[in-house]
Amino acid sequence: MPKPEFIYVSYIETTPEKLWEALTSSKFTKRYWWDTSVVSDWKVGSPFALVMDGTTTDVGEVLEVDRPRRLSYTFHHILSDAGRKERPTKVVFNLEPYGKLVKLTLTHEDFEEGSVILDGISKGWPAILSSLKSMLESGTALAIPRPCLGIEELSRS
Amino acid sequence: MNIDHFKPAIVYTIYIASTPAKVWEALTSAEFSRKYFSGFAIEADLRVGGAFIARAPDGSVHISGEVIECDPPRKLTITWNVNWPALVEKLGPTLVTYEIEPSGESVKLTMLQSHDRPIGDDILSGGRQGWPAILSSLKSLLETGEPLVIKMEPPQRMLAALKKMGIGTPS
Repeated sequence: MPKPEFIYVSYIETTPEKLWEALTSSKFTKRYWWDTSVVSDWKVGSPFALVMDGTTTDVGEVLEVDRPRRLSYTFHHILSDAGRKERPTKVVFNLEPYGKLVKLTLTHEDFEEGSVILDGISKGWPAILSSLKSMLESGTALAIPRPCLGIEELSRS
Repeated sequence: MNIDHFKPAIVYTIYIASTPAKVWEALTSAEFSRKYFSGFAIEADLRVGGAFIARAPDGSVHISGEVIECDPPRKLTITWNVNWPALVEKLGPTLVTYEIEPSGESVKLTMLQSHDRPIGDDILSGGRQGWPAILSSLKSLLETGEPLVIKMEPPQRMLAALKKMGIGTPS
């Protein structure tokens, strides 16, 4: 059986510093992440939360901050009962300069076997990171319908 | 060719601010593919049973295959066989499916690389390295008019694994 995890790689024409800012500042996440704020002071050990339209969907703790190379936090989906029951997982962003580009590798790992959250985030991250790439390269984030994020499905589960 | 027993080993989804017709054209025409796919020309005879080729910049045929399913601009399935000696004999054919769906004002493109037998992570590392680069560049091309300049390192881990299996790889 493959390890229950989700890995996504994207190449983005930007700088590591701008990409870092886009991942950690609500000013940017609200544009490409369906009005989601990332709430944290980004110090190791500090709390982390995703707040969508005023509702906290996910919480965690900042694990690693190596600006602008590596960021990780724990991730616990709290919007649905099914999510709350699962153990917190781990999100890692690696940012590598790649010529004039940045190679962004997202690893979301440490899921329980048969995790319903893994299904949801496997749908959500490609939409979020595609929109992020568009915003940084063309200035316009994508208007992807919100169900693509997989959040509604989770709330029903 | 019966493809029922093929299972996806690599899935990559990307959303693109474009139309299904443009994404289809980008995936199937040499004019586009040369820009986002390291100079490789896709030459596809877009009907079931038609030939599918990716021609390297030096003119050689690098990937050859056959169109298995063709439903423009929604779904294209092709065999995607790299022309290295003994590769298909030892690994079986590789199947690539593109699914193109409208998603609001964008397009959701899903690439599935499938095999008819279990394939190890060392071999799959080649596709896991290549697809995100190719499809990131395709997205940039369609959205900004400019592809990405991605200088790919050779997929060393995959090449080493193929060599070990006695599959001829470029030296």
